[in-house]
Amino acid sequence: MDYVIEMLNITKDFPGIRANDDVTLQVKKGEIHALLGENGAGKSTLMSILFGLYKPNKGQIKVNGKEVNIDNPHVANDLGIGMVHQHFKLVENFTVTENIILGDEPKKSFGRVDIEKARKRVKETSEKYGLSVDPDSKIEDISVGMQQRVEISKMLYRDAEILIFDEPTAVLTPQEIDDLMNIMRTFAKEGKSIILITHKLKEIKAVADTCTVLRRGKMIGSVNVADVTEKDLAEMMVGREVFFQVDKPERKQGKKIVEIKKLNVKDNRGLMAVNNLSLDIHAGEILGLAGIDGNGQTELIEALSGLRKIDSGSIALNDEDISNRSIRKITEAGVGHIPQDRHKYGLVLDFRLDENLVLQTYYKEPNSVRGILKHDEITKKAQQIIDEFDVRSGQGAMTVARSMSGGNQQKAIIGREIDRSPDFLIAAQPTRGLDVGAIEYIHSRLVAEREKERAILMISLELDEILNISDRIAVIYEGEIVGILDPKKTDEKEIGLMMSGSKRVGVANE
Amino acid sequence: MSKIKKLLLDETKYKITVPIIAILLSFLIGTIVMLLTGINPLGAFKALARTMTGINFDKLFTDKMFNARYVGEFLTTALPITLTGLSVAFAFRTGLFNIGAEGQLLVGAMAATVTSIMLDLPAIIHLPIVILSAALAGALWGFVPGILKAKYNVHEVVVTIMMNYTALHMTNYLLKKLPGSSLIKTVKSNPSGTLQSDFIASITNNSRLHWGIIVVGLSILVFWYIIEKTSFGFELRSVGFNPDASKYAGMKVTRNVMFSMMIAGAFAGLAGAMLSIGTFDYGRILVGFENYGFDGIAVALLGGNVAIGVLLSGLLFGGLKSAQPLMQANGVPLEIAKIISSLIVLFVAMKYGFEMWLRTYAKKQEEEGK
Repeated sequence: MDYVIEMLNITKDFPGIRANDDVTLQVKKGEIHALLGENGAGKSTLMSILFGLYKPNKGQIKVNGKEVNIDNPHVANDLGIGMVHQHFKLVENFTVTENIILGDEPKKSFGRVDIEKARKRVKETSEKYGLSVDPDSKIEDISVGMQQRVEISKMLYRDAEILIFDEPTAVLTPQEIDDLMNIMRTFAKEGKSIILITHKLKEIKAVADTCTVLRRGKMIGSVNVADVTEKDLAEMMVGREVFFQVDKPERKQGKKIVEIKKLNVKDNRGLMAVNNLSLDIHAGEILGLAGIDGNGQTELIEALSGLRKIDSGSIALNDEDISNRSIRKITEAGVGHIPQDRHKYGLVLDFRLDENLVLQTYYKEPNSVRGILKHDEITKKAQQIIDEFDVRSGQGAMTVARSMSGGNQQKAIIGREIDRSPDFLIAAQPTRGLDVGAIEYIHSRLVAEREKERAILMISLELDEILNISDRIAVIYEGEIVGILDPKKTDEKEIGLMMSGSKRVGVANE
Repeated sequence: MSKIKKLLLDETKYKITVPIIAILLSFLIGTIVMLLTGINPLGAFKALARTMTGINFDKLFTDKMFNARYVGEFLTTALPITLTGLSVAFAFRTGLFNIGAEGQLLVGAMAATVTSIMLDLPAIIHLPIVILSAALAGALWGFVPGILKAKYNVHEVVVTIMMNYTALHMTNYLLKKLPGSSLIKTVKSNPSGTLQSDFIASITNNSRLHWGIIVVGLSILVFWYIIEKTSFGFELRSVGFNPDASKYAGMKVTRNVMFSMMIAGAFAGLAGAMLSIGTFDYGRILVGFENYGFDGIAVALLGGNVAIGVLLSGLLFGGLKSAQPLMQANGVPLEIAKIISSLIVLFVAMKYGFEMWLRTYAKKQEEEGK
């Protein structure tokens, strides 16, 4: 069998840790090869080695059967290896074409850039693979999904034959994910080989031919995707049995905790993002809010937590009106908020973990007495949250948040918000970008909060997650609730239709 | 691995090792420049050593070996720039760039002169009022860019630059209006409202060193205490690192911006008092800026925006500044001192480069060690 890429017996050591231990990855021509593993399993290290960013301590790499020495990314490029990084590397105020040709510009006389020629080529490739990118749009004006296609076009423009996708679906909406899958299939049909780095099992089942699983730096195995189930893959990845279904005891709806009435909120451009929205959330329930990204979820969360002004309508917590109060007053009234963007809002990355764990309570006794910080008390509090929520880090409470893994950062935020014991917890995409183990843990914590009679609003773009742990599902479309569903009596298809605005349930059509 | 090597490669110590590398490199290049231009570098180093320690290394073990006046003058020079350094550093911790220390210093100097000359009170009340008025005037000058930033998001750099010019011309005008002012200076400070001290002069061989040294010491303590120990300082640091997360956590970001600029202004205002009722003991009508504010930026930068760092770097820059006349006497052009100071700023500004370089070096060591 001919392999396009062979990475044989790769071992890579970092100080104190063996990131790859005798790993072998063999990719056939024209196949989609998934690389599966939890965060920190060594996927990124392996790909960085292939891309020339790290040198392996042991092992050899063969491209098209020939042994090669890839010591920098240029060599990788010349060998036809291209990579779409998880965080895009694009110049915001350049056009699509300018971004694609950056670093490899076609030249006219006197060193002028031949932008016309570039435009044409970009357009051709876009049409050939059905990418439908507009060569003249500026990056800042196009959607995240489109930006990713620009990254893909960049690889195609450089004639890459081996395409590496690093967690490509983490930032996409369900629709965009489907489109991306189709694009990947087209590439494979054209004879290009794809390595898909992911921890989403569903996507592997949907699109990949072969799957190599890594766990803690070691290769667990390489399997034919058609022969295994999602559960098999998950167990290979985690190393133990995994429960997709959260164990959730039945319970009756408790009293009303949150009452949102005829809420109207504007977005940054001054357009109405939340439209006459009314919603109740009860004690002891998880209300899942489903919707395609950009349908007013962000504005709704921001209004609930006080980050954004309300245009009209009201929000009541325990029968007390909290609309347009200051963020601190809302926090003190008993609202906890796990933000969508944990780096922007959730943490001060340059603060230590203990400082981050008292980010809303630093001024209150016992953390502070008359405006003077009590470091001992803060460390004690931090330690309690760290123990309770199993937050792992290099130097415990003294670790700088920036150096922690994403999963542990998220655990720290969730620990902090739950520990404040709010009556109402907003969990915005609480498991975004996390691996199966962390997701399982976070779901169980949310369910545990439900048992404590708290009201929980969970916003998620992942329908599985919504269906799995919600007691009721509210679907949001263009800032309106288009239906409230019972997760036991609905399915992905129905919710999907409602998310795209083509169906309403139990709410009046205007 | 040797001890020095270990220290160099310790990532947690970069905050200390990188500035020291910057200083050493600057002196090294300064020495090379002197050698290339045919100047004896020893003259420069002796001048610097004599300025900072008072010891004359040419006359060791004679009665002319030690002169406390040099130490006094050196400290006198270091006082105002340490305070402007604190000012810039404080704003910086909240994510603000205070270019306005110069102007805040000028209004502080004027306020001190005015209250010193115009009031007549017992020293025990008078002096605190004079010092406080300097701090308040500086705070007021910092309040303007602070509130403009907080309310209307006007960039503080633009506003503070404008406020510097406003301060220069306004203080000149007002100082000239004081009774007895000439075209270049006001009358001497009131004896009950001055920092000058016969006692300090007597123990430092008639240097101009004054009680301001206590003001600076207290300021450093206050800076450290506010930033590290209070919940207010916690907020300021949080806002400086990540305004979005601070807002999310319920902190009043805009209010903190305003307070931070005011406190920064107060430190610079105190620096003004160091000059007008300390070093000179009269208000001066200035032709142009004296760049104490810009020196403060350098001091804060080298000091890593922490209290103890600002103190040490204030002393170093003060030493380089006050060594210039003695260097000239030793046949070294005073520009050499300026070259070294500038190189320090340049190298500290390159700290990310150094850190990267140290990291690659560490990586190499690691790989070779295997």
